[in-house]
Amino acid sequence: MSATTTSSAASRTLQPVPGTAVSRFLSDGWVTTWRNLMKIIRVPEILLFSLIQPIMFVLLFTFVFGAAIEIPGDGYESFLMAGIFAQTVVFGSTYSGAAMAQDLKDGIIDRFRTLPMSGAAVLVGRTNGDLVINGLSMIVMMLTGLAVGWRVNSSPLEFLAGVALLLLFAYAFSWVMAFLGMAVKSPEIINNASFLILFPLTFISNAFVPSERLPEPLRIFAEWNPVSSLVQSARELFGNVPPGTPVGDAWTAQNPIATVLIGVVVLLVVFVPLSIRTFATLSR
Amino acid sequence: MAFIEAHGLVKTYSPKGAPVVRALDGLDLEVPQGTVTALLGPNGAGKTTTVKVLTTLISPDEGSATIDGVDVLADPQAIRRMIGASGQYAAVDENLTGLENLMMVGRLYHLGAKVARQRATELIELFDLVESQNRPVKGYSGGMRRRIDLAGALVIKPPVLFLDEPTTGLDPRSRLGLWDVIETLVSDGTTVLLTTQYLEEADRLADSISVIDNGRVIAKGTADELKASVGGQRVALTVVDEADGDAVRNLLASHGTGEPIVTGGRTWVVPVDDGPAALAAIMAAASTAGIALHDAGMRRPTLDDVFLQLTGHVAEATDETTESAA
Repeated sequence: MSATTTSSAASRTLQPVPGTAVSRFLSDGWVTTWRNLMKIIRVPEILLFSLIQPIMFVLLFTFVFGAAIEIPGDGYESFLMAGIFAQTVVFGSTYSGAAMAQDLKDGIIDRFRTLPMSGAAVLVGRTNGDLVINGLSMIVMMLTGLAVGWRVNSSPLEFLAGVALLLLFAYAFSWVMAFLGMAVKSPEIINNASFLILFPLTFISNAFVPSERLPEPLRIFAEWNPVSSLVQSARELFGNVPPGTPVGDAWTAQNPIATVLIGVVVLLVVFVPLSIRTFATLSR
Repeated sequence: MAFIEAHGLVKTYSPKGAPVVRALDGLDLEVPQGTVTALLGPNGAGKTTTVKVLTTLISPDEGSATIDGVDVLADPQAIRRMIGASGQYAAVDENLTGLENLMMVGRLYHLGAKVARQRATELIELFDLVESQNRPVKGYSGGMRRRIDLAGALVIKPPVLFLDEPTTGLDPRSRLGLWDVIETLVSDGTTVLLTTQYLEEADRLADSISVIDNGRVIAKGTADELKASVGGQRVALTVVDEADGDAVRNLLASHGTGEPIVTGGRTWVVPVDDGPAALAAIMAAASTAGIALHDAGMRRPTLDDVFLQLTGHVAEATDETTESAA
């Protein structure tokens, strides 16, 4: 090994700026988040369809089912909105699955994995991207809801808590989907598979009809379904619980907000480390 | 100690419902500092798997590897700070512009926003992409994507560069352009390991060639050394009509010292003992047999001949852009 070439090759190499592990993690997380936000800007169709879908759901459900489903109090619009919010943000979290699978397929993940960056930051950036899309969807849905007669009957603080809870749950769910995306590795399969999971999860719940009217096995599933707890929490925090609604016997039905928070913690504790480990050992 | 060293690398894959694939089967490699080494071999030989091990993408089942004395398996982050890697699939973000892609890579090497931008601009100029730098990569041609991908590997001016089939799937003009760029790079002392299934590419770019087959290095040396190891002269005939193939094969087999092989459909090559005499005899025989010749002559052995001699099969450059299971 010749000493001259060692020094010339090593000295011209660009060196990283000084930084701590934490500052590098934050920088990597920001760069990958930025990358996912640029995708939203450069491919506006993604945002367009993720916004049109909730508007369509609001209009379809209120006008098609609204006439047939009788809800005491402010009527079906008021009852429905929390359900639509929950369904939309949970569906919104599936982008992480499809996007991780697509990035794997494109080889950009291999590029990231040869760089001295934090692997976890790639996943943070990805799930942050979902969070932004979901935040924008929430705004559009709320405006649509207001237009069809939905009203918030609670304090601003409760309202914000409701929005935060919806986004937090969806964020935790993004980590589940990111993990599945890496496990399945095919954007097409993960898209179809997530519909198979998410349709039952959101429909066998109290999102669109009061769950006490469901047949017994479905009612039990609905009561223990975390999406029900999310919807119930949002209804309570937005002041949209119809008067005289019976509360289920299950602990989850009686303590919806605590249930959602526990669910979020469990999902994050399980899937954040699992996803990070899977990312580090990906091999194609 | 060589700059890049790998010893006894073994990597097996067990695809569902298929027999176990030994992608690497005890591969040894030494790349001296400041040289270009080519891993030459057909699809599935283990070239990409070797690069994936050395660039920290996968761990081998057995064996060890170091770069500049740093253990690849024990300290992957240290390796990542000193390497640049460019794959056979252009690993770029489709939705970002060329400039943004390179800036992102610089940021992820933690160069800081200012240096990352400066370096990205430099590379855009070096790779002649100034006019398209602000367009999303999805509108780029294949050759332009490769250039952005290669530029991404050069962001930190790394002392070690891995190029995995840098020109696979490119048209001949883009290939020549990329060869020029790579030649410029390696002239400044960067240590390069490149993989290729094109003999011509290894011949042109590499100081040293390691021929790989079935996950092992089966020969190594300079292009000239490898050709000399095959030895002897060859007679090459190009026929006008492909239908004359069988007749030519028989004719060459009776005059040559080995098995005739066909390259490019109409050109047949056979090793011979006494070149000029054999050429004269073969041409006379072809004339007698009424075989119309487009071209005839003597030539030195090529890397194609080397590959055939070493592996018993012809190196085929296929259109496949991915190396299955490797």
